[in-house]
Formats: sequence, structure tokens, C-alpha cells
Amino acid sequence: MFQLLLEPLQYDFMQRSLVVAVLVGILCAVVGSYLMVQRLALLGDAISHSVMPGLALAFALEANIFIGAFIAGVISTLLIALIHTRSPIKEDTAMGIVFSAFFALGITLITTIQKDNKVDLNHFLFGNILGVSWEDVITTVVIAAIVVVIIVLLFKELQFYTFDPLGAQAAGLPVNLLNFGLMILIALTIVASLKVVGVILVLALLVTPGATAYLLVKRLHQMMILGAAISVVSSVSGMYLSYYFNLPSGPAVVLVSAGFFTLAFLFSPQHGLLTHPQRSRAGSPLLREIKSLLRARRSP
Amino acid sequence: MTAMNPQLPYRSFGSMSQSESKSPAQVMADRRVVVEGLTVHYRTVRALQDVSLAIQPGRLTGIIGPNGAGKSTLLKAMLGLVPVIEGTITYDDRPLTEQLERVAYVPQRSQIDWTYPATVWDVVMMGRVRKSGWFRRFSTVSRKVAMAALDRVGMADYRDRPIGQLSGGQQQRVFLARALAEEADIFCLDEPLTGIDQKTETVIFDILRELANADKTVIVVNHDLGEAITHFDDLVLLNRELIAYGDRQSVLHPENMHKGYGGMVNFFSTMAA
Repeated sequence: MFQLLLEPLQYDFMQRSLVVAVLVGILCAVVGSYLMVQRLALLGDAISHSVMPGLALAFALEANIFIGAFIAGVISTLLIALIHTRSPIKEDTAMGIVFSAFFALGITLITTIQKDNKVDLNHFLFGNILGVSWEDVITTVVIAAIVVVIIVLLFKELQFYTFDPLGAQAAGLPVNLLNFGLMILIALTIVASLKVVGVILVLALLVTPGATAYLLVKRLHQMMILGAAISVVSSVSGMYLSYYFNLPSGPAVVLVSAGFFTLAFLFSPQHGLLTHPQRSRAGSPLLREIKSLLRARRSP
Repeated sequence: MTAMNPQLPYRSFGSMSQSESKSPAQVMADRRVVVEGLTVHYRTVRALQDVSLAIQPGRLTGIIGPNGAGKSTLLKAMLGLVPVIEGTITYDDRPLTEQLERVAYVPQRSQIDWTYPATVWDVVMMGRVRKSGWFRRFSTVSRKVAMAALDRVGMADYRDRPIGQLSGGQQQRVFLARALAEEADIFCLDEPLTGIDQKTETVIFDILRELANADKTVIVVNHDLGEAITHFDDLVLLNRELIAYGDRQSVLHPENMHKGYGGMVNFFSTMAA
């Protein structure tokens, strides 16, 4: 058993990818909790898709791809905010427009530069954690440190703002700055996570561990800590599964964390589907309506 | 600044100008919340037009009017929570939005996501965020103030409960405790009486009366014209513009009510007046 755990660690690439997976797991669970409580899960998806053109341009210009992705992510959130404040278009529609346009631009750019640069579109879409360098590890450590320190320092302000934005504004907190800061933290987190799971699956790391923890605890900081723990376990076990069964690593991590969510969904002491069977009747109104429609047809 | 008061186009009905001369301290700084020519638009819709009034400290002021009259909008505009097209709001001769640390605001219960992962204690402590300052943890003083506030609204036993498990009245009392914890001078409550039990209503008015007696400014948006209205000293009657402002009896004059509610109101004037 012990041997089973140690064997992959003799490889340099496995050490690097485990470190990155654990860091990204913690980061995503903590920052993703804010997305979840603000009902902004879609924004996580929007930003992650929007970083594609930044990645492509950085590659073509041989600049740092983290910086390219971060800039593209921030520009997309600003555009989303501009569209929904300066027109009657609602925020979710604005997100849909911006992120699909950025994503399309990213795919176009990457396909164009693919021939000369030997980049693989699949690595952007699904991540390439086994290919992380020590430089990537350091970048991830720095980003994780910055984000976690900011969240610890601003915890009470961010909690007030995300719970009751109007109340926070009425108390004189700079809510627009807090909101923008939160967007930056989300963009940084997504950029750091791209190597692990890629653009498409980042959302899973952001919302699934936090949602799992939400079913088990009742306070925001508990949700972040438990979410981070679940996320770390998912990342590590996903990586081992991927090593021993030759599975793609990003999807393996995501599947394990979805498995944990399913367990919490079924067995959570307060909210579980099986521990609180009376709630499982939620489906019955639908059945009742179908039955009544059928009855109405039979007896005209 | 005090000299301009008589020229303002208040539609006042007596009482408001007398109490001013009571304390000499009030002559130096204007401790009324003075709203002048306030106009608010939501995109192309006119929400409030040219509202001017001066709300007194030491009295319970209710904002009443029909649905869509701009009651909540007036409260929000005073605190800078919605964009103001025209007009000023001053307190102590300075814009109110520059001294929001002196304001405690209780939003409508429907504006809050009650599934948020927070306990009663977490919410009350939010009232201490501003007082604590950036990058700092809550002090022992803050904890004591919050505990006292929670005790005052009769919710101390619930401090570790998730807010989603409370009744509507209990949620409202927790928000009132948060406002008390802010130790403010001006208390603004947006429809605190909607969907609550009798006990909560009694607790709320007891506390608001105490605050008024301590010379605080208390402004309450109130939706219905039931018995609760008798608790207020002054009323602001709105219908997109100021219909009437002054002490309760004068505002509840049938002529005003007809103007404000367009004759549709079924009102027990004897009870309230």
C-alpha cells in the first residue's frame, strides 16, 4: 500500500504536478466559494473561456502565458460589466456573449499559430498537468500566496459585501472596488488552474468542492476550509488514479470531486437526499401534473 | 446653512419647525437629514421628482405611499445606493454619503439571499466591520456590542443558528441587531414590518422608540397603513413626488391621503389619528 503511494513520487514530473494540483485545489475551493454564494458560477465559466485569446497571443509573442491569460480574463469581466450596466441586457446574457466571442477568438488564434509554434489546442482545453515545469510551480505558489493572503486580510469585508451588497454599500464600504478585487482574484485563480484542468473543466474545481462543503457546514470560512480539504483529497487521488490507470489527469480530478459531491448530496446530515427522504418528493409535483394531463385527455 | 431653512419649499404641517429651538447644540450643526430637490430616474422611468424635506432627530419618521411610489427609492437615494439625477442630501452640514459610518441601514428582507452560509452571529458582526477598520480582526469590544445587540432583540440563544433556519420575524430582528451593533446616529429601515409576527413588531417599535428617545434619527419605510402606523411621530407621504410631510395627524388628513393614494385607499383614519 505504502509502496503504491510512493512509487509515482520517484518521478520528477509527478512531484511537480502533485504540488500544483494541491495548490490549485486549495485556491479554487476558497475562491470558488465566493462565486457560489454570489450565484456567479457562470462567471467562473465565462472568465475561464475568455482567457483563450490571451494564452494564444502570449504564445505567439513568446510572452508569459500567465500574464496574457490574466489580462484577457480581466478585459472580459470589464466588458461584461460594461454591457450589463450600459444597456438593458442582463448580466448572464452579457456573459454568454462575451465568453463565447473570446473563446471563438482564442480557438481561431490558436489554430492559426499552431503550425509554426507546435502548440496543442487540447492542452489549452483540457490542461496538461504532467507537463508543468518548476517555473510553473513557482508561479502557482506565488499566485496562491497572494490570493490567500488577500482573502484572509479582507475576509470580513468580502463576507459583508457578498452577503448583503446594499448593506455593505450603505455602511460606506467601497463595494465597487471590492467587487473588482474579487474579479481579479477569480481571474488569478483561473489562470493558475489552467495547467491542471484546462479551460473547460476549471469551473468544476471552482464550484464542486465548495458546493460539497456547503452541504455539510453552515459558515463561509468553514465552507472554504472544508472545501479546500475535499479539493486536496480529490486532486491527489485523481492524480494517483490517472497514474495507475492511465487516465487523463484533469478529468480524473474532476470526477473524484464530483464523486465527493454525490456522497454529500445523498448523505449530508442536514440536506441529504437519503438522510431526509421527505425532500426527495420534490419530483412528485411534476408527476402529478403529467398524471392530471393524461386524465384530462382520457375524459374529455 | 441654518438660515436657508425657511426658504425651502417644504410642505410641512406644523410640528417640524418647533423642536429645533429646544437644544442649543442643534443650532450649531444641523442635525436634521436635509433632502433638497431630490430627483431619481431608473433608466427612462421617473421614480422621484423634486423631493425636499428635513427629517428630525428624536422622532420616528415613517415613509408611506402606494406601491411604486418611490418609498424605498427615497431611502436608497439618501444613502447613495441608487444614482441621483439631481438634489442633495446633507446631515451636519455635510453630504450624508460622506458620513455613512453614522448610518445603519436595514435592507428589505427580500433583497437578501437567506441560503447564504452564515450564522446569526456572522450577520450581527457585519455591523462591526466598518468600526473595526481594514485588515483587522473583530475586537473584544465589538463582540460585546454585538452580543448586547443580539440580547436586546431577544435572539441571543440563536447566535449559532444558520440564518436560513429562522422565521421571517427572527430574521428581521437579527438585522435590527446588526443595525444596533453599528452604533449609528441615523437608522434607516426598509419595510421591516413585512411578513413578521406580532412579537417582532413589538420588539422593533420598542427599540426604535428607545433610539428616538436617545435623539437618534429613525426613518422607516412602511408599506401598509394598518395599526402599526400609529407608532410614528412624523410621516412622509410619497407618490413619486412629495405629497405631504409633517406630524402624523396632519399627513393622514383625508385630503392628503386622497392625493397620495388616488382615492383607492380604504383607511381607518380614526384609528390612526
